[in-house]
Amino acid sequence: MKAIMISGRTLAQGATCESKMSPEFFKATSSLSLSEEDFSSLGLSEGKNVQVSNQFGQVVASARSDKGLSNGLVFMPMGPYANAVIGPDTAGSGTPQFKGVEVEIKPTDMPVLDVRDMFRGMRRAKP
Amino acid sequence: MITSFEDVICSFCGCLCDDLAVEVEDDKVTKVRHSCRLGANKLMGHERIKAPMVRAGEDLKEVSYQEAYDRAAEILLCAKHPLLYGWASTVCEAQKKGILLAEEVGGIIDSTATVCHGPSIMGIEEKGMAGATLGQIKNRADLVIFWGCNPAEAHPRHTLRYSSNVCGRFTADGRGCKNVVVVDVRETKSSKNANKFVLIKPGTDYEVITALRLLVASKDDMVPDEVGGVSKKDLAEVVQVMKASKFGVLFFGLGLTHSRGRSKNIDNALSLVAELNAHTKFVVMPMRGHYNVGGMGQVAAWETGFPMSIDFARGQAYFNPGETAACEVLGHKEVDATLVVAADPASNFPRSIVDNLANMPVIQVDPYQNPTTLLADVVIPSAIAGIEAEGTAYRMDGLALRMKKLVNSPFPSDEEVIGHIIESVRRLKGTVSCNDKEA
Repeated sequence: MKAIMISGRTLAQGATCESKMSPEFFKATSSLSLSEEDFSSLGLSEGKNVQVSNQFGQVVASARSDKGLSNGLVFMPMGPYANAVIGPDTAGSGTPQFKGVEVEIKPTDMPVLDVRDMFRGMRRAKP
Repeated sequence: MITSFEDVICSFCGCLCDDLAVEVEDDKVTKVRHSCRLGANKLMGHERIKAPMVRAGEDLKEVSYQEAYDRAAEILLCAKHPLLYGWASTVCEAQKKGILLAEEVGGIIDSTATVCHGPSIMGIEEKGMAGATLGQIKNRADLVIFWGCNPAEAHPRHTLRYSSNVCGRFTADGRGCKNVVVVDVRETKSSKNANKFVLIKPGTDYEVITALRLLVASKDDMVPDEVGGVSKKDLAEVVQVMKASKFGVLFFGLGLTHSRGRSKNIDNALSLVAELNAHTKFVVMPMRGHYNVGGMGQVAAWETGFPMSIDFARGQAYFNPGETAACEVLGHKEVDATLVVAADPASNFPRSIVDNLANMPVIQVDPYQNPTTLLADVVIPSAIAGIEAEGTAYRMDGLALRMKKLVNSPFPSDEEVIGHIIESVRRLKGTVSCNDKEA
């Protein structure tokens, strides 16, 4: 399904943001919340994963149901998982558009990558 | 022996709650009272970076502090245009040293505001801001609007200490005598606290604010029946509540700065508040995130004349966020080395920008390991400002507060680390062999 993704702070993300290599930060930031209706229409259940993708990248996140969300609107806690699908354009403001990004969501059996695995191989030979 | 500290200032978010009670035993914080979960988690401590490290091949190897300072200086001297980024989770004294270092190496210094409330600063520069202290708001505000922010999760004690749920001198009944309006694109824990929740469509903040301005100006005939998914009747009701209040406040968050419109959303919101002052007293305030991101704006403004994204490449301060902000210069590969202080761009920047960061020398100064450490070539552990080192921080309303040192630390403060790097830069200038130049 196509959706609009917003990223933002959560209590769990804030409480773990000084210990980002911990399992708690991984759990707090690697999820994607959907409306109850979208959640069931994709055939999801707690513990299932979704692949989130757009022209900027793709990432696997654990799916959650959130009755506070409207259909077609999804939420990810701010952090490396959400930022995998955020574009670099700042519209002259210096600030990328972290909220209101179009994404494609589909159920997947792929695992959610650990924080370290998200960055593995990214560092290249440097001068 | 247990030492007790009263009125400790929390060094997590822009609320800078100054009523914490902390117990310390053997230079370790053992108990924190009165704080929220965010503050308690920070004060109780986490696993630290244990020693300075320099990358050798794929691995980071422990070195002495002096070796790390010298390697950091070599990287900055060899860079044609370095970026010095972060600074929001440290104290003003370190920020001041950072600006000196940026000038010394002809680099760009930018704060985390540029991925947070940078658009707010730009909006305020354009329109000005009808502001107030959080104390004034606590004592006087009978209408509290939260727009695009969720204090229940990002600033958990804000409502209890400063805004909607606190008793003040002229608001003695607390929540009972206050109207609370929440405007957001989704239901949140904060919207459950509202008298009126206004659900808008994502990316329509500018349109909804414009409609409110028209209604405030009694130009009702120019407003369509529905704006941003909100009925004209609901918008009119909000305006009626605004005009009827004795002292209104609009708190706004990243829902405005991170969405379509960005600085123009803020510009419009500030205009709305300015116009409401023709009818009643109304103020506005950004919900600043990191505890001293406001301080970086203050220090940068008094040192350079600009609040963020300051480029010293020309030998003098130059500011144009659409050109000199961290995400711009990293995204366009216009910098060739990055010093990160008290921040984590690897987690908080869009992936394609992090990809560019990973392809250049990176120096990290931080108490904690985070994904930026995985990309770093030099890692320098520092004391935690506000817990292990004292210093000044600015609350979200611009009030300067002095952070206490609660425990002794084997690590140097951020101010000391940056001071030592400046010394190394000055000592090594003209002696460093780089790949393509003599620095």
